[in-house]
Amino acid sequence: MSLLEIKKLHAAVNGKEILHGINLEVNEGEIHAIMGPNGSGKSTLAGVLAGRDIYSVTEGQVLYRGKDLLQMSPEERAREGLFLAFQYPLEIPGVNNSYFLKSALNAVRKHNGLDELDAMDFLHLLKQKTKIIGMDESFLNRPVNEGFSGGEKKRNEIFHMAVLEPKLSVLDETDSGLDIDALKSVSEGVNRLRSKENSTIVVTHYQRLLNYIVPDFVHVLVDGVIVKSGNKDLALKLEELGYDWVRENVQQTV
Amino acid sequence: MFNKQYKNMQSADKNIQWYKSRFEAFEQGLNGEKSKPVHALRRNAFRIFSENGFPTTRQEEWRFTNISPITKIEFQPVLNFEANGISKADIKEYTVAGAARAVFINGMFSKELSDTGMLPDNVIIGNIANVLEEDTGTVQPYIDRMASAPENAFTALNTAFLRDGVFMLVPKNTIIERPVQLIFLASDSKYAYAAQPRNIITVESDSRCKIIETYIGLAGNTYLTNTVTEILLHENSHLEHNKLQVESLNAFHIGTARIIMHARSNYTSNVFSLGGSLVRNNIDVVMDAESSECTLNGLTLGTGTQVIDNHTAVDHAKPNCSSRELYKSILGSESRGVFNGKIIVRKNAQKTDAQQANRTLLLSDNAVMNTKPQLEIFADDVKCTHGAAIGQLDDEQIFYLRSRGIGLDAARDILTLAFAGDVINKITIEPLRFQVEKIVFNSLDNSKARQKRKTVSV
Repeated sequence: MSLLEIKKLHAAVNGKEILHGINLEVNEGEIHAIMGPNGSGKSTLAGVLAGRDIYSVTEGQVLYRGKDLLQMSPEERAREGLFLAFQYPLEIPGVNNSYFLKSALNAVRKHNGLDELDAMDFLHLLKQKTKIIGMDESFLNRPVNEGFSGGEKKRNEIFHMAVLEPKLSVLDETDSGLDIDALKSVSEGVNRLRSKENSTIVVTHYQRLLNYIVPDFVHVLVDGVIVKSGNKDLALKLEELGYDWVRENVQQTV
Repeated sequence: MFNKQYKNMQSADKNIQWYKSRFEAFEQGLNGEKSKPVHALRRNAFRIFSENGFPTTRQEEWRFTNISPITKIEFQPVLNFEANGISKADIKEYTVAGAARAVFINGMFSKELSDTGMLPDNVIIGNIANVLEEDTGTVQPYIDRMASAPENAFTALNTAFLRDGVFMLVPKNTIIERPVQLIFLASDSKYAYAAQPRNIITVESDSRCKIIETYIGLAGNTYLTNTVTEILLHENSHLEHNKLQVESLNAFHIGTARIIMHARSNYTSNVFSLGGSLVRNNIDVVMDAESSECTLNGLTLGTGTQVIDNHTAVDHAKPNCSSRELYKSILGSESRGVFNGKIIVRKNAQKTDAQQANRTLLLSDNAVMNTKPQLEIFADDVKCTHGAAIGQLDDEQIFYLRSRGIGLDAARDILTLAFAGDVINKITIEPLRFQVEKIVFNSLDNSKARQKRKTVSV
């Protein structure tokens, strides 16, 4: 059974259809990259998967671990192991990172029939995870993302991912706004969390992230439709020839 | 409309007659005390009260807060102590660990529940009823000073029925490490009563202390708390004054604090208003000498149909003083909040530095906030800023929390508590801070539950 199955997905924002029938299958342990030009619907797809209510699904189906994902609330999706790393992580003044993560992790654990962690066990776990991600412990007691640089915010997203241990992570433009050093270290974090059981969907505009997070499959999204799929070489070809090459190619096939 | 107003006026007049009869009965029971100077103050205050009557919404200071529900009830002033079956177990939840404690039941001192033994020997702390009986010369000047200007009906009413409260004097060069907690309990009762404690607190030069006023309604009954606290801060003295108000949701609470500050003194007020159906807090600070600092913080939590009104006034009467003010309100259901922040800078009060901020979080479409900064500046070399903002919880932030597995209700609670956090964090007494945090957090759940029930019944 596949982990995620997207079938003929149509979605709209403010009554305007953005996704025009997406089909995608993700199995355990796989990394899929979704590439596309600005406005192609990449972030819409990520948002629909996470359950943002500004998007409405007009047609199609999404099965996640065999269940109807679209019927679940955002928190249920997260508790079932779906994770979205935000393109623009929110600042939450007055709520420190570690309190925030404790509430989140315990909600996930409770949902999965596990005991809630007490303060000591949780702190121990957090410290372990900061080492994996290479994040300074001082970030634990700072308000979530408040006053963080762009790179620190993205790294904090990956830190959340490390703590929550999701089965399926959707990284929405995690490379945007990062310099090359930050890009490398954020990617290293993602790679360290990789396993045979969990899967990742990397949504990106540029190929360069895929040098560090190497995908098994690459899909090209143009105007709300996946027009081409292939392996990592497709990303390199795109980088060389640009999205116009795909557009022309599609028109020829039609 | 006219008829309604006329009717209200009638009921207010009738209510004054009621207090008149109570005042006469009070006088008859006084015997010897009638000839003491304090009783002249009472009589004068009652005259002012009966001449002016209760305020109406036509008066600017009461424009947004209609107190007519208070004038429709005949509250019996409590003038004698009754334990009403209240034991230490009843106050356990609200006592602050490590604090000295003076406890009042319906405004009257309870020796049994109080414990002030651990304070330094030179600190004078007692209850006013006892002090008046003994008629010690020490307190007379303070009593003379305090009741001299009953500027509104409620203060006048409090003075007219002046009976008990805390008298506290921190002498020169004394630092009290332990906080002093004043607990005012309202007991359950078959009749509506008025508890009217009067507190007089003096901190002499180079002394420091922290006090907590805690107002608790033990049952859901209707009563009136009409409390007045007067504070005099001498040169270079410091006072942190916390107030936690969790009255019955059917009770009325009028709380007045008047603070007079001498040179280089420092005053911080943290007011947490959670209970009461109709609440009015008046805080009047007079910075009467140079180089004083005053900080006023407040947090209001409104649920159901509560009306919570905070009126503050900071009078920069002398140069080189600074004031900081942060009042926040969280309003759910059909609750209503009022904030009126007056800052007066007198003509010679140059180099005044005043900042004021009022922020409100509306948790429901039916909650209302009326906010009014009021700056009256007569000096020309001053720095004064003020700002008011009213908003709702941010949908994007809520989604961010939910996307990490946190449920919708919990996400709202976390963000609401974060909004309240910077006011709660002003409390420097750690056990009190934890207590307030817990009470605020639990109240958030309550407000939500109420909102839900309401939605269902509609």
